[in-house]
This record gives sequence, C-alpha cells and structure tokens, in this order.
Amino acid sequence: MQLIESALESQFASMLDIEKIRADFPILKLQVDGKPLVYFDNAASSQMPQPVIDRLVRYQTTQHANINRGVHYLSETATAEYEESRRKLQRFINAREDREVIFTSGTTDAINLVMHGYGRKFIGAGDEIILTTLEHHSNIVPWQMLAEEKGAKIRVVPITDAGELIIDEYEKLFNERTKFVGVMHVSNALGTINPVKSMIAFAHARGVPVLVDGAQAVPHMKVDVQDLDCDFYAFSGHKMCGPTGIGILYGKAELLERMQPFKGGGDMILSVTFEKTTYNTIPHKFEAGTPPIASAIGLGAAVDYLLSIGMDAIASQELDLLIYATEQISRVPGVRIIGTAAMKTAVLSFEVKGVHPHDIGTLLNQDGVAVRTGHHCVQPVMLRLKVPATTRASFAFYNTLAEVDTFIASLRTVQKIFT
Amino acid sequence: MNTKSLYQEVILDHNKKPRNYGTLDHASHHAVGHNPLCGDHLDIALNLDGERIDRIAFHGESCAICKASASMMTTVVKGKTRADAETLIQEFRDMAIGKLDLEGGHHLGRLTVFAGVRDLPTRVKCAILPWHTLQAALNSVTTTSTEAEEDPMHAAIGDA
Repeated sequence: MQLIESALESQFASMLDIEKIRADFPILKLQVDGKPLVYFDNAASSQMPQPVIDRLVRYQTTQHANINRGVHYLSETATAEYEESRRKLQRFINAREDREVIFTSGTTDAINLVMHGYGRKFIGAGDEIILTTLEHHSNIVPWQMLAEEKGAKIRVVPITDAGELIIDEYEKLFNERTKFVGVMHVSNALGTINPVKSMIAFAHARGVPVLVDGAQAVPHMKVDVQDLDCDFYAFSGHKMCGPTGIGILYGKAELLERMQPFKGGGDMILSVTFEKTTYNTIPHKFEAGTPPIASAIGLGAAVDYLLSIGMDAIASQELDLLIYATEQISRVPGVRIIGTAAMKTAVLSFEVKGVHPHDIGTLLNQDGVAVRTGHHCVQPVMLRLKVPATTRASFAFYNTLAEVDTFIASLRTVQKIFT
Repeated sequence: MNTKSLYQEVILDHNKKPRNYGTLDHASHHAVGHNPLCGDHLDIALNLDGERIDRIAFHGESCAICKASASMMTTVVKGKTRADAETLIQEFRDMAIGKLDLEGGHHLGRLTVFAGVRDLPTRVKCAILPWHTLQAALNSVTTTSTEAEEDPMHAAIGDA
C-alpha cells in the first residue's frame, strides 16, 4: 500500500506533465472497438510523437535526395542532415567519435554485422562464445550460424528463477578459448537489468570483447557506451519513438577498422575495378547501398524528443508505473509475475492460472488494452522458467496510472470468465 | 463481428469441460498438430470402422479457442464418415478465413460460434489447428504444423 501511495504521490509530484506529453502522440487518441487505446506493448515497438512525424514530413517534402553523391543542393542537404543525425546519436550514447556510430536496419542487423564483420574474421574452430539464457533470438541465432560454420562453441550463462543472470557461473565459463561475449542490457521478456558494466570489465580483464544488445535499454535509461566500455552496442529506432527500419551499431573505432565489411555495394567503397576494390573508411565501410535516409533523420528527431523530456524523468515515470502495476496485479487471483529481478525496467510479464495468454490478449483487446502474448522471441527463457508463454505489459513514459487501472480491471474480468 | 461474441458460453464451456478429452487405445489413426508460433500442440487419435469414425479423442496444451474447437469437433465428427469429416474440415477452414457464406448451404451447425475468428487473423490458426490435425490423422500423416510448407492452410492465413 505504501508503495502505491508513493507511486501516486511521485506521479503527482513528477516533473512530467503526462497530459502534455500524451498530446504529442496522435495515436494515443485512438479508440479500439469504442474503447480508448491503452498501449502497453512498448517493448515490442513504441509510438511516435508529432515532432518525429513532422521531421519525416519535412525531410520528405523539402530535403530528400540520395546522400554522399550529388553535388546539387538537395543531395548536400540530405547528406548534412543524415550526418547531423549520426552526431545526435553519438552524443546520445556518448560515443567518442561519430564514425563509431553505424546506421543499420535495426538491432538484428547490427548484431549480424558484428557476427559477419568481427566473428567470421576473428572466431575460429574450437573458440567459445558466451551468451546468456536471457538473450533474444536475434542475439542467439547469428552466433549459432557462426558456430556451425566455424566449428566454434556457444556457452550459456544460466539465470535464477527470478530471471537474473548468475554472475558466478558467467565468470566460470571463461577459459583460454573464450573469444566473444554477447549479452543483453535489459531483458525484453522479463525486464531484468543486467550488470553489464561489471561483466564487460571481467571479460576485458581476459582480453575478450563484448557486444551489448541495448534494444530494451536505450529507450528507458541513460546509456553511456564509454562508461560501460562495451566494444559493441546495438539498438533499434522504433523502440525509442523513432521509425522502423533504422537502428544503430556502436563499435569502438579500432575494432570496426579491423573488421571485414558485412554487405558489399555502393558507398562502402573508395575504388572498384574488377581486379581490386578498396573499402571506404568507417562508418561508410558498413553502410553499403542507399540507407533509409528519412528514418535515420527521424531517429535523430526521436533523440531530440527524448532528451527534451529527459532520460532520468523517463526512467522515473516508468518506475512509478512498474511499481503501481506490480502492486495492483499481485492482487488479481491466480496471477503469477514472471521475472522478479531486483533491478527491472517497466516490463510486467505474467501468467494467469488456467488461462492461456492468447485468450488473455484477445480479451484485453476488447477493452482497448494492447499487450504482447507468446514467447517474446526468447524460447530458452520460457523453457528455463517452465512457462510455455506469458502475457507481457510493457510501459512507456506516456502511459498513466489510470491506464494501469483499466488494464487491471480488464484482467479481473478475464480471470472471472475462466473460473 | 465483435470479438466479444467469440468467447461465448458454449466455447467457454467446452474449454472448461472438454469432451472426448484423453487418449485412445488401439487407435487406427493418430496425429500431433503443432502451432510453433505459440507453442500449442494437440494430439488427436481416432478409430475408423470401415469409413466411419467410431471413436475419437484429443489432448494437448492450447488456448481456449483451440481446445473448444477440438472438443466440439470431436463431438461433431464422431459417427460421421471420413468423407463427411473432410467436408466439415473444408467448411470450417473456409469459415475461419472468411470465405464461407454462413447464410448459404453448409453443415457446420453450432460450429458457427467460431465464425468470429475471421476478424482476428492471429487467432485463426488456434481455431483451425484441431481440424488441421484431424485431416492429417485421416490421411495417415503423423505430425503436422500450422507453419509447415506442405500445410494447405499455411499460405492462406499468413503469419500470426
């Protein structure tokens, strides 16, 4: 009860004017089946505020041409805006240099880039790659493909029943054959915030580089890649109020320079003859072909928008939502929360005794409440925690405690229908 | 159709108290159906006496829509010929993807309580899985999947 009161108080006392923020998101005015939309599927994809939509329209109506080639006004403008967006992203994650920020199509693409560019060059037969049980399929499958191709081996960090990494076991996995670590910063299914900084330090003491999947962290907290000292950091635009089809791979310059290109084509070359091709410098070496220019510029606008609210204010508002929702859902009969780590982002995965998640999802939708149901692209987590699937409510800073009430009331109805 | 009408009493009842739930000894036909998108699976066993289904049973892990669909299916096809069952499979599938004229001639009877899934693309496969598995069993295919290449229902429904 005290927790609820403190959440309520802190929302009232919050620096955030939630109604003003909500007015920035046109989609939040939507009605579903005559009910106001309650969008709790933010971990899958967040919604886009008007300033980002406007930026896309402005680019498309007054600035569009292909980049890095024309000498004409539009091409120079588009190139300048594209590169300015790269610098916004650089400052946002505090990368040392803008050339360490590579535009990709998303987190999956960024991880595949590292697998091809770094993994295929530096990981060989008998080498070991450490991943964790929490990883999204996108940070498992590329490494399995590499392991199969090279004869390398994947070692997996186990988790506790609460959904936290067992760090002792992580440390025991290291040996002289360990060549790479892949770890997610925040679990998409459970919300667990992993102690990546100390994990990176441990790996570096043994000369092992680390890739961090930050798709679920960057939208919700301050991320400083120099402070973390990660070698690679991957994230997606559409989970941070930006467009789909754009994402970022941060990589340390000295590593990116030693890596082989991922995709071949235009823009990533300095010269091409049929005898020999000279690759361009980073970041261009990894940006073959015409990129999604509008999306890249839109992502820069999304960064501006998030910074205008403040990452600390966002984290604080989302923590209020998590605390309140956790308290409220714990009182619904038959509910079990899946993922109870001490450090969590605003992700609430749960099961309701005797009710399949798909039925919960369909029935919540009748009340306008959008949640994710299923295995959340983390089948190993589901297997480990012995749940076939869960229902997941994931919050963003534009959600309200009143929306949590709507969700809980709807969930109570579901629970009654099935008992 | 409002999605509310999908979770009607009859569906909730069959979910809570599924008919013909369990296993069959000495089944002549048997198949396991999977929906890899959600992990649901159903095991269907039946016995053909000549061309007639004289016994049928199912069990597995699934959502209410799938379980109720399986339960009602077993009550309807029990005692029917293989040909009648094949007709029902086709009609049920057409209904689920919105291709069946509910006012026209068909044999679905109270199975039309599932018509609402046509407005819920992600739930179509839940309703169809039992029928799909029945078809596999009748054709002596022992395992099947809603996502298999050879699945006749794969292309028409799309990705859930």
